[in-house]
Amino acid sequence: MMEVTARYFAAFREQAGKEIERVKTGARTAGELYSELAARHGFADARARCKVAINDELRDWDAELADGDTVLFFPPVAGG
Amino acid sequence: MTFKIQSEPIDPRALEARLRDDRAGACVTFEGWVRDHNEGEAVTALEYEAHEPIAVAEGEKILAEARERFDVLAIHAEHRVGALAIGDCAVWVGVSAAHRGAAFDACRWVIDEIKARVPIWKKEHYAGGDSGWVNCATRAPAHRSGQAAATGA
Repeated sequence: MMEVTARYFAAFREQAGKEIERVKTGARTAGELYSELAARHGFADARARCKVAINDELRDWDAELADGDTVLFFPPVAGG
Repeated sequence: MTFKIQSEPIDPRALEARLRDDRAGACVTFEGWVRDHNEGEAVTALEYEAHEPIAVAEGEKILAEARERFDVLAIHAEHRVGALAIGDCAVWVGVSAAHRGAAFDACRWVIDEIKARVPIWKKEHYAGGDSGWVNCATRAPAHRSGQAAATGA
């Protein structure tokens, strides 16, 4: 198990009811962590339509997590 | 060449001046305006949210890629955040080039990439009092989201 910080934006923040939380997890990758948190908070968006950043850098869903990482979950973007 | 997340109103005329270049024979600009409807719903106002560090980094990357793909002289883009009213300018893209083909192509490409890649979210407020995040699912599908993804739902 390790501990990471999860940050939620826009629709995810509203669905989670919080912007930030510390998470103890056995997830190895950003994608595994998304699945875990989506189940917990009821995120309905398919992962393929969302983006993830680790420590302020966009990464793939299979990026590996390290203890102490800050993981940013972005719901489908809608600029313009 | 810069991409900016802007919390103040966008001034298209002032931004256009940044594109000036004596070698330029063409200037193409795009303004995205807040419209009063979306997918059949009457929209009264919009809110935009961005994660600024990554939005700026990704926006700058898009502009750099545009310079490699198209024969352009100057490019600049700005996207608003905060509360916007109907008719406000939400996004501005401007390109100057020696010839119009590259200017049109680059401007179109940049706005499409911004919409697809930059972490910006739009919340619409509807005439009935509801609101919603554009493009986002609000309810979990009947099956788990992993299965929905696998079937392309």
